[in-house]
Amino acid sequence: MLDTTNASTIKTDALIIGAGPCGLFAVFELGLLDIKAHLIDILDKPGGQCAELYPEKPIYDIPGIPMVTGDGLTKALLEQIKPFGPQFHFGEMVQTIERIGDPLFRVTTDAGKVFECKVVIVAAGGGSFQPKRPPIPGIEAYEAKSVHYAVRQMEQFRGKKLLVAGGGDSALDWTLNLAPIASHLTLLHRRQEFRAAPDSVNKMMALAGEGKIDFVLGQVSSLEGADGQVSKAIVKRNDGSNFEIACDAILPFFGLTMKLGPVADWGLKLNDDLIEVETASFETSEKGIFAIGDINTYPGKLKLILCGFHEGALAAQKIHRYVFPDKKLTFQYTTSSTSLQKKLGVA
Amino acid sequence: MPKITFIEHDGTVHEVGAETGETVMEAAMRGAVSGIVAECGGSCTCATCHVYVDDAWLARTGERAPDEEDQLDNAYDVRPNSRLSCQIKMSEELDGLLVRTPSYQGR
Repeated sequence: MLDTTNASTIKTDALIIGAGPCGLFAVFELGLLDIKAHLIDILDKPGGQCAELYPEKPIYDIPGIPMVTGDGLTKALLEQIKPFGPQFHFGEMVQTIERIGDPLFRVTTDAGKVFECKVVIVAAGGGSFQPKRPPIPGIEAYEAKSVHYAVRQMEQFRGKKLLVAGGGDSALDWTLNLAPIASHLTLLHRRQEFRAAPDSVNKMMALAGEGKIDFVLGQVSSLEGADGQVSKAIVKRNDGSNFEIACDAILPFFGLTMKLGPVADWGLKLNDDLIEVETASFETSEKGIFAIGDINTYPGKLKLILCGFHEGALAAQKIHRYVFPDKKLTFQYTTSSTSLQKKLGVA
Repeated sequence: MPKITFIEHDGTVHEVGAETGETVMEAAMRGAVSGIVAECGGSCTCATCHVYVDDAWLARTGERAPDEEDQLDNAYDVRPNSRLSCQIKMSEELDGLLVRTPSYQGR
């Protein structure tokens, strides 16, 4: 047996990768069976696609709820799973899953957290939301050094000439935060209007009015530089003419897109970038690793939230066997079981 | 049934029949137009169904809605004839519509 004990290792029964609706509801089904869960999500909030892609759009096919928005469903699920005290780890992406027992796993995130869990539930939807990379020729060569899609440490931009591109909250927030420490900052956007919060836009306009930053209209068409270090961006104006912006670093903020990401590296049997599962328990090709929701595939699969709920409920039954191998599981209803109602805090 | 012609960045041409009332994006999905990703499925929240409407059709496809204009901030090489195809509804008047897909939709 490997020595996996480490003071900072977080131990839990189930580790759920993805805090979208299916991951959230799995907490409920696991909780009824006394199985504790931690959830990890690359977004900074719960809800997955419901939060990122359609928070205000109506969903019409949640059983028993004629209409709910993505945000409304997320809030309702959080309320529903509250009795089970799920622990969330936002803004992190799972990097590795290592089998250390039968089943027992050690899971690491890109933020350096280490988990030890009896089972893993992959509820990763369409993969992980990652920043869109602008299709600027040769941009890859600059990514490690001078093109950044996120700000991890503000200090690295102190005294630099910065070019921030985009018109959403990320672009505006980082413009406001980095303007005081940059030697010069240009905000580049394709139009005069912004979708970012009006307060941020007003603050940015004030800075531009005082000459502390430049606000410029246009779109980056190409980059110049050497050895990963950008020196200027060639920008196309809306009338088609070009001009240059000298810069040491570029921060493009063009929203997020779903990428499969590290899921492909976990040794699970995949089919067209989806995880194959068997349909009695939604276990993958690896014992103790389950997959529910949009990320899995099986004959007849439908990518519906309601199907992901069902999958979580069935997975929990099999997970109970791994977490409590000596306990017999008796099927109960929340309507009539005092024991379940106590867990829900209503009895 | 109104028809739409999609010309992809690499020159591939697709002619797709559309139902009246469905969106250009939905027709593209059915017609396996690979240059349309439509990550959000038509919620106008992802900008991965970006198309360039042929100039001859611009007047008939109408104006961008405010939320569509906002989403186009997340697209690349946005031009005066840029639209999100999930926001163009097909009608008999659009029979023969010609759109082109950009080289890249963000993934």
